[in-house]
Amino acid sequence: MEYILIIISAIFVNNVVLAQFLGVCPFLGVSNKITTALGMTGAVTFVIVLATMVTYLIQIYVLNKLGIAFMQTITFILVIAALVQMVEIILKKVSPPLYQALGIFLPLITTNCAVLGVAILVIQKNYNLMQGVVFGAATAVGFGLALVILAGIREQMELVNIPKGMKGVPISLITAGILALAFMGFAGLV
Amino acid sequence: MNQLQNFTKGFFKENPILVLVLGTCPTLATTSSAINGIGMGLATTFVLIGSNVVISMLAKIIPDKVRIPAFIVVIASFVTIIDLLMQAYVPSLYEKLGIFIPLIVVNCIVLGRAEAFACKNTVLSSLIDGVGMGLGFAMALGILGSIRELIGSGSIFGYKFISGDGILVFILAPGAFIALGYLIALINRIRKAN
Repeated sequence: MEYILIIISAIFVNNVVLAQFLGVCPFLGVSNKITTALGMTGAVTFVIVLATMVTYLIQIYVLNKLGIAFMQTITFILVIAALVQMVEIILKKVSPPLYQALGIFLPLITTNCAVLGVAILVIQKNYNLMQGVVFGAATAVGFGLALVILAGIREQMELVNIPKGMKGVPISLITAGILALAFMGFAGLV
Repeated sequence: MNQLQNFTKGFFKENPILVLVLGTCPTLATTSSAINGIGMGLATTFVLIGSNVVISMLAKIIPDKVRIPAFIVVIASFVTIIDLLMQAYVPSLYEKLGIFIPLIVVNCIVLGRAEAFACKNTVLSSLIDGVGMGLGFAMALGILGSIRELIGSGSIFGYKFISGDGILVFILAPGAFIALGYLIALINRIRKAN
């Protein structure tokens, strides 16, 4: 039951992009087509789950043990950067088709604030490892949901006559705003 | 380049938010009021100045291959400094900005300036670039924060201008997206007209 609450809360009620503003850059950047949106979602899910596990263990067994919790930001970002690099190298060797599908998105993920954000939130919310991983995966699904919805709308919008100044970023932001308004309907669900 | 141009480019021509559209996450999240927006902008300015200066000094020593991780370490150090300083001296603002203080480290503007400017220019130009870009960022956050606060609760910096409650949604998440969308559209329009 507790896990179901975490999942519903992370996907709908506190959607990572539309309610918490994490990962807005890739949200605007790769939401042109549904296929790229799905690719990005896959890569983000993979990295978030992995990064949450590793950073959680480091926080508990290294930073807290040594009493250097203030090193959190530096340690986490380095771990995430190294992890992304490692995932890239391993995927290239082990599964070339998967690498081809996710490859171009991986370098972008280091600066996706959703990854670092989730790692820090898991520590702040005092989750245990299992809860942290579930929270991470659900957050990634929420990210994917928002991304795919926006991509679907933007695909349709290419056919529409939009005022010149509104083209590109502004209209995407306003669409996202209306989406966020719709997602507010989930508030109070959990 | 003329140092004055170097300083002013962050405000108008290359404003990180309104023109380049970088660093949208903290922009949307921390502008629920004017004071929060400016607080976030100044925190980022501090990190930007520090990282620009240190990176421009170290640029010749850092091997090209490990450039990005080295930059990230420098940036993360300054983020940790401002995090601890704000926790100690402005706890109420720190509470409100919350997770977005440590997240300055993944703000594209900071790494972007390190990569595009500081590692190729002198210490003085990098310092001026950092100040200009940072204050340009803070200015944009202040403007967006004022707009949202004015429409959302009828006040700016806590001073009441319009009586009544205002349109609450502009302080909440959807208002952030919509206000920034219209602001960028307006800037686009002005730039096209010139």
